[in-house]
Amino acid sequence: MDWFLITSSIIKIIGVVFLMILPLVAYSVYAERRVSAAIQDRVGPNRVGIPLTLLGGKKDIPFAGLLQPLADGLKFLLKEDYTPAHVNKFYFWLAPALTMVPALLTCAVLPFGSELDLSFLGIDKPIPLVIADLNVGPLFIFAIASLSVYGIVLAGWSSNSKYPFFGGVRSSSQMISYEIALGLSVIPLIMIYGELNLTKIVTFQDQHGWLLLPLWGEGLSLERWLLLIPACISFIIFTTSIFAETNRLPFDLPECETELVAGYHTEYSSMKFALFFLGEYAAMIVGSGLIVTLFFGGWSIPFGLGSGLEAKPLWLGLLHMLAFFLKIVVFIIFFIFVRWTIPRFRYDQLMRLGWVFFFEIALANIFLAAGILMFTK
Amino acid sequence: MLENYVPVLIHLLIACGFAGATLLLSVLLGKSGARNPVKDSAYECGMLPVGESQPRFSVKFYLVAMLFVIFDIEVVFLYPWAVVFRDFINDGAHIIFWSMLSFVGILFIAYIYVLRKGALDWKN
Repeated sequence: MDWFLITSSIIKIIGVVFLMILPLVAYSVYAERRVSAAIQDRVGPNRVGIPLTLLGGKKDIPFAGLLQPLADGLKFLLKEDYTPAHVNKFYFWLAPALTMVPALLTCAVLPFGSELDLSFLGIDKPIPLVIADLNVGPLFIFAIASLSVYGIVLAGWSSNSKYPFFGGVRSSSQMISYEIALGLSVIPLIMIYGELNLTKIVTFQDQHGWLLLPLWGEGLSLERWLLLIPACISFIIFTTSIFAETNRLPFDLPECETELVAGYHTEYSSMKFALFFLGEYAAMIVGSGLIVTLFFGGWSIPFGLGSGLEAKPLWLGLLHMLAFFLKIVVFIIFFIFVRWTIPRFRYDQLMRLGWVFFFEIALANIFLAAGILMFTK
Repeated sequence: MLENYVPVLIHLLIACGFAGATLLLSVLLGKSGARNPVKDSAYECGMLPVGESQPRFSVKFYLVAMLFVIFDIEVVFLYPWAVVFRDFINDGAHIIFWSMLSFVGILFIAYIYVLRKGALDWKN
């Protein structure tokens, strides 16, 4: 057994899951509430800070409500964990875990940085900043992410109640419908990269220009500029399908409050409800991570800065991590703005968009990209 | 090769452990209240539940699931093709383009049939 591999991957997993994804989830919920409040001309959560009055002080420090996620988490833990009598208990308990585990697992193949040179700690090999460097990157993500459909279907079915049941059925058919568009829209990118390994895809973009910003390296060729057309089409289809896969607002029919109370998690309370919430936001974060990795160069810094260096010093590794983090944050803010701007689709419109428009455009897009590659070779 | 999947396994264990631990913690720390018939009834906005708990739903959902299997397998076939596409084109083997076009074309005929049959029309 390679103990170095095991130890380093445990540290990386704990770092990514507990220091990156979970805080990002907590603060994107906070950001969502603050942004929605700003858009709707309200105040939003601005009180929860350091409770000095509990310790005998005169006034609390409000701190712009930045400790709200912590208070929410605590509340989820302390609320009554109620399992109604009419549910199917085993699946009722299984479903929240089954939604959250795939969402956390998908981040395993996302390269969140180039490599970290830890020679000052006596480790001579630089540590690659990806949990599992698989050569089936996007396929792994799609395979694992589609497992979360089971969690939602089971939640809806085992609740044994009308609205969760409808929510579960709607959600499953929506998620599988957009999975086709998602899968098809990635194919032109794979043709351009000729590669399924996400680390190599990012390294390529680091040296030869991001897919949607080919301004340096080989990116300045006519071929790459022509390929911008299929890449942009793919980007639009891919991003929209990520919205649909994560059940976020233009596509939040599985849990639309006006028709279905709260959809598949109506009967859930306390931590079980929180796990659904967590899974949804974690899926959104990994989705933005995938968009960034495929279209915007992952961890790389614009204009190929630092890509010429043979050995990456420690500061460059840290800078790459920061770049990846910032790009994800930009996309999360984009997701939040879209949610509070665009109204919900009707169900027939949603199905039509996925099966008719996106399917046909994505299919044509593949052959457009293939044609360009043949023409410019 | 398989060594690459060891971190995935560890990740799976950690994710499952986290889910299990949070569920257990909320059972241990959560307030325990009394059961009563109102709390045990299905929640429908505070009204008494009406009708069956698992009502009939449109057969279209089954249809979507079946169509998904067909077209998702088509997508799976496209992946290996896409990975090697550039190498073949650089070798001047344009057959790779036309062969995939014919494969997708056949499935596209099936897709047109599905569309004409109204299987994807959710309006009525």
